[in-house]
Formats: sequence, structure tokens, C-alpha cells
Amino acid sequence: MSEFTLTRLQQQIINRYQKGFPLVAQPYKAIAKELAVTEQQVLLAIESLDQHGALSRVGAVFDHKKAGASTLAAMAVSPQQLDKVAAIVNQFEQVNHNYEREHEYNLWFVVTASDSDALEQVLQEIELLTGLSILVLPMEASYHIDLGFNIDFSSSTVTEH
Amino acid sequence: MSVSTSQSKELTPLERQYILLTQNGLPIVEKPYHWLAEQLDLTVEQTLAMTESFKERGIIRRIAAVPNHYKLGYQFNGMTVWDISDEHASEFGRLVGQLPFVSHCYLRPRHLPSWNYNLFAMVHGTTQDEIQKYRSQIKDLLQDVLVERSSNDANQGNTLRSNDMLTSSKILKKTGLRLKQKQ
Repeated sequence: MSEFTLTRLQQQIINRYQKGFPLVAQPYKAIAKELAVTEQQVLLAIESLDQHGALSRVGAVFDHKKAGASTLAAMAVSPQQLDKVAAIVNQFEQVNHNYEREHEYNLWFVVTASDSDALEQVLQEIELLTGLSILVLPMEASYHIDLGFNIDFSSSTVTEH
Repeated sequence: MSVSTSQSKELTPLERQYILLTQNGLPIVEKPYHWLAEQLDLTVEQTLAMTESFKERGIIRRIAAVPNHYKLGYQFNGMTVWDISDEHASEFGRLVGQLPFVSHCYLRPRHLPSWNYNLFAMVHGTTQDEIQKYRSQIKDLLQDVLVERSSNDANQGNTLRSNDMLTSSKILKKTGLRLKQKQ
């Protein structure tokens, strides 16, 4: 396990551009102007964050519901079967998050498909392949304005595994 | 099993193409929209206008340098789940959604008798104690609207609690949004 320390510029980039990444032909130039550094410094800082795995991506965050159909889903799986069932669930490219959680319902995943028919089909296939029923929990209302999540850099190291 | 998700207007083939190309991020280069324009066979101006249109329609929620929270030290997350009275869901859901440590806050359907929780709020922290503390803060906020259920609602032998927090023991898969390409 090793650690790398984020530069002030990298910290600024992470906390300022979780929304409002400039929508212009040369976004890094626009960021450079806002932060009073050069375009090359911004690009290098972001490349380094990316290489260290500190960024998951740079680009649009889509609303799953408007860009298709999606739902949270949960299954209660016996511990002996968990690896096998998780592997079945993960093989679907429509499954984009899958977490093991400590509860009777211990497998939690998000399914996203192009429309609700395709979504239903994936859920049915998973039930068929696993022989287990799925708790289907689509979002009915959202009470959070998605603006990203402020990172506290007071202990500003990043752990690498 | 039943699915009830709302479906917005169909996307055009070009719009689907845009989402497919960018859902895992733009290349980190000086002119990322030039790259995208070339892929879509559009001008850069058209590509930027299309992105604006996605934003206006809410299909794009935000454009971001999206951090990997786990890598940045936020290695603990808890999915707090709450059984709150339907008539108060909207008002109190909004209050929970405004808490700075809550990253998502959603209303979802109950499935009685096995699942009685309707409000979900994700909390993130750098220690287990920190997320426990956040759970307590949400509980203080919701204490007057939590539903007390009789044993009649539950599976035999079970009692239904008014709230819980499911911590993740393992990330089994995590990728961006993936739309399947229509054949």
C-alpha cells in the first residue's frame, strides 16, 4: 500500500468541478483561467488524478431515468451461494453497481436498460438464472439535488492498494 | 416482481450514440468535444449545442470531474433505510436530502411484509463511527414520522423495525451508466 498526496490544484479541481465542468471546446483552458494556472498544468493535474484512480471519469453525469430506465434491486442470498449469484448478476452489462451489504437482503445492485421493457427482461433473466426472487425498488421521488459531494481534504492523502 | 419506472421520450439514434460514446467519460485531451464531434460526424458547435440540450432536458444532470470517493478516503458508506409515514415523506425526505453528508435520498416502494422501508439515504464517511453518527442525526430528524408497525404486518416471528443501516462489506461491481446498443 502506498500513498500519494494531492496537490492544492488537484484538490481545487476535485471540489470545484463536480458540477459546472466548462461546456466549451477547450474546457481545460477555461479551468486554467478560473484557477489562474496554465492549461498544461490543469491537464497534467487531471491526468495524474486519473492515473492514480482518484477520478472515476471526466464528463457528463446522466440521469439514468431520463437516459433509459433503471431500478435498484436486492436479493437475499445464502452465504454459500453468494459468489455464484453475484457472478451471474455481474455478467449482465446492464448491471452497473453491485454491492454486498450486511442484511438478510445482502446483494444490492442497480440495473439500467434502454427502456422499461428491456429492464423487466433483465430482471426476469436474473431471476430465472438464479432461482431467486428480486426485490424491485425503483426510485419514486428524489429528494437530493445532485451537485456532487464535497471532499474534506484536511487529511489529504490518497491510499493506493 | 413488478417494474414501474417512468420513461421519458425516446432518444434519437444520434442521442443514443452520444450517450454510448460518453457514458464512461470524455478523453482527457485539450479539445474533448472535437473528438466527440468527429465520432458523431457533427461540427463542434453542433456537439456543444446537443450537450446543452441534454442539460436543459435533464438527461445530463451535471458535467463533472467525477471523483472516486473510495480512493479519496471515503471508504465507508451506509445505506440508511427508513419507514416513514407516507403523508410526511416528501417534506422529511427533502430535509434529509439537504444534509451535507447525504449523497442520495430517494423514495422507493415498500414490499410488505418483507420490506417496509420507503426512504433511502446514502451516507459516506472515512470511519465506521462517522457513518453511525450520521445515521443518528437522520434519526433525530425523522423520529416523529417513523412508522411503528404491529407484528401483523411482518412475516411470522419477525418484527419490523422502523429503520436500519446497511453497510457495504464488498463492492462487487461498479461501472458508469451503460446503455445497450440497439442492434
